[in-house]
Amino acid sequence: MKSQRLQRVLVTSASSLLAVFVALCICAVILLITGKDPIQAYSTLFGAAGDIKVLQGTLNRATPLMISAAAVAIGFKMNLFNIGVEGQMRVALLATAVAGAAIDLPAPLHILFSLVVAMATGAIWAAFAGWLKVKRGVNEVISTIMLNFVALSLVAWAFKSFFTADNAPGVLLAKTKELPPSAWFPDIVERRLNGMFFIAILVLVLFYVLVWKTKFGFQLRASGANPGAARVTGVNPKRMVMISMLMSGALAGLVGMRALLGDVHAYQNNLAEQQGFNGIAVALLGRNHPLGIFISALLFGYLGEASGRLQLEDIPKEITTIMTGIIVLAVVIINEAVKRWDDKRIQHKAALALATRVVAE
Amino acid sequence: MSENSESHSGPLAVELHGISKSFPGVIANYAIELMVRPGTIHAIVGENGAGKSTLMKTLYGMHQPDDGTITVNGHAVQFKTPTEAIAAGIGMVHQHFMLADNLTIIENIILGAEPTDNRGRINFGVARERIEVLMASLGATFDPGTNVSELGVGQRQRVEILKVLYRGAKILILDEPTAVLVPQEVEELFETLKRLVLDGSTVIFISHKLDEVLTYCDEITVMRQGTTVAHTTPAQVDRRTLAQLMVGSDLPDPSGRETEVGEDIRLQVLGLNVASEIPGAKLALQDININVHSGEIVGIAGVEGNGQFELCEAILGLRPKLSGTISVGGNELSGSDTRTRREMGLSYIAFDRHREGLLLDSPLWENTFLGREENATLTAGPFMKNRSIEADSRVIIERFGVLTPSEQVPAFALSGGNQQKLVVGREMASNPKILLAAHPTRGVDVGAQSAIWDELRIARDRGLAVLLISADLEELIGLSDRILVMFDGHITAELDPNTATPEMLGTYMTGGEIVTSL
Repeated sequence: MKSQRLQRVLVTSASSLLAVFVALCICAVILLITGKDPIQAYSTLFGAAGDIKVLQGTLNRATPLMISAAAVAIGFKMNLFNIGVEGQMRVALLATAVAGAAIDLPAPLHILFSLVVAMATGAIWAAFAGWLKVKRGVNEVISTIMLNFVALSLVAWAFKSFFTADNAPGVLLAKTKELPPSAWFPDIVERRLNGMFFIAILVLVLFYVLVWKTKFGFQLRASGANPGAARVTGVNPKRMVMISMLMSGALAGLVGMRALLGDVHAYQNNLAEQQGFNGIAVALLGRNHPLGIFISALLFGYLGEASGRLQLEDIPKEITTIMTGIIVLAVVIINEAVKRWDDKRIQHKAALALATRVVAE
Repeated sequence: MSENSESHSGPLAVELHGISKSFPGVIANYAIELMVRPGTIHAIVGENGAGKSTLMKTLYGMHQPDDGTITVNGHAVQFKTPTEAIAAGIGMVHQHFMLADNLTIIENIILGAEPTDNRGRINFGVARERIEVLMASLGATFDPGTNVSELGVGQRQRVEILKVLYRGAKILILDEPTAVLVPQEVEELFETLKRLVLDGSTVIFISHKLDEVLTYCDEITVMRQGTTVAHTTPAQVDRRTLAQLMVGSDLPDPSGRETEVGEDIRLQVLGLNVASEIPGAKLALQDININVHSGEIVGIAGVEGNGQFELCEAILGLRPKLSGTISVGGNELSGSDTRTRREMGLSYIAFDRHREGLLLDSPLWENTFLGREENATLTAGPFMKNRSIEADSRVIIERFGVLTPSEQVPAFALSGGNQQKLVVGREMASNPKILLAAHPTRGVDVGAQSAIWDELRIARDRGLAVLLISADLEELIGLSDRILVMFDGHITAELDPNTATPEMLGTYMTGGEIVTSL
């Protein structure tokens, strides 16, 4: 009965594709209203796909999205909605920039050290929300949103007060002391595609194995699917909340590392901005599955990369931002509608299979 | 009181005629006949699952009947929502209080029906006046400005009644209102109800406690297996007849067994006390002593909500105990978590398969794996062996006759009986030493029921110790070697299923005592 599993995959993918298609249609209407030609806009937007540079840029932009979507998805698997990836990422960025610049290590170790610092600080920041939920029953949506504000302000304050380095002549933007080259994550394609891409792929593979192939992952999914049933089998729900928050936070810490270790090599105020929030959209479109996340991250990365071309045609590039927003809304609505239809279909099929078997007997 | 109402010649307060209501696969109510005369306390009695709650939900507009008519004060009505029922003067006091703790009594009462001035502001003065008038008529004495969090259980219930009266209800439905009350509070409640009836209200009182019904109510309608079976008054019946009407008189003979009950005590509960979840309420379990030997089925009879759930949770280590000991095979369990207890051979068929038994959206093979993550044939180190798990799932499906196209089907697609067989199969698959079986055949069809019973008998003959919690007397008498009756958090009787009669069980289950020498 492998076909049943295949059908589920097909139905799931089809509903996400439908969502993207619906979003494209709505955006076409918006373009028409604003007096632009949607066909021209879309041919410009998707015509860029033939350009190798655009494709390299797509992978590069997809890198942090994959990691932050995985951070969100691991919470989702346990019915936890970690909206705090952005804040956890930001705390980790500053901590890593400061710690990485403060020590000297040989190249691979220095990178490893930086990644560990990033994961640890991200996890610690997420642990606050986990602790609040476990000990005080505070909804994690509220606490992670609030902690985002705290993180943003705290980091901005600490950066300005303690860690701003003296600017090199001619540089206007304030930065921390630059990381030594031993901490730089090497590029795959010079200035276009950073090696963190492989780390992102590794994260998705490990995410898949952990959640779908291990006992722990099963308990995590079971706690998310029915906390009551997991509890009577002896899975401690509070422990699961804490662990999944820590894992989510650790991944959140990695989100900004492509920008920090692979690009700017110092902390600055707008570094990796919004990448934590964008991961929520990617996780939703990708249905919290590593493969779906991979494809969705590529799509979002592509839209971001190709949007610049629209400006050449006098079409505002913000249309791609609107498009991502509509995709997310369409995903939520269409997924629910498709799920209801599919549930009925499965129930009907199960009943039918039994009826025929009873008749056969 | 009843003489007054008999002379009353006006229309009935409530008349239900030929009501039936079915849910997918279950007929909850059929051929219901109910006549409630105005100005009376009318009791509706019946066992759990007899269809009382379904009937009251129909009357209160929470769902619509498939068939039949509802007449209120002589007018035929069709309620689509509770709001329409409230407008017709019907109010429901739920068993579980629906009060906001951090609001005052006034705020709770007016919530959703606030008197406002023409600028939309709440007029607390008007509200307080009306509430004080209502309180006086109830004989309630608390300050309506008090926070609800400071009230005791009895007082909270009074607030619930006020809430309903404030909305103009003349017909009150009370769903098992005495379940959480201590005896003195029960008396106060009925004093309140008597006052209401004298003021012209009508009370419909749902209960399974026969003493209360016989002492305080004017008329009684008995329900059994989804329909009304008798209409009577306390003057015409005694508690024995009433119990018989409630449970039905024809019970099966206990099935003989060829094997002997073992010598060793598998599960021992000594002096167990467990607190209630409701602050200020009486203990959920009080001084419970139970021994289950190997190869023995000990039945726990009782109406649901008398401590059975708390007993299972305490044995599983899911709920803290105040005092007492629980031992498995001679090992005291204090300090071991639920997982450890399960690995010591404790298995559990949960009360509610949807809430605690199944992952409804997950495929069957994940459901049969749930709780068995330490099983060496199904896992390798930290990894799941998906092929073995799926094969094991097919074995369980085959052995317990779960009707399904395959193990890949999500659990929600199965019928209730097949879901239950899957749960029973999973719990038996780990070869437990002790099985806590809570309502193992609830809501399943006859075929599935006898299959589950057979499995329990076979396992028992192989030495399994079973604590069987059930409200089904046929099941209890047919399977148990001994029957303990639980009432109000106590074990009130121990009976031999060979000599136990339905009246005896009915009496003990509803809090009565048998005085005659046995």
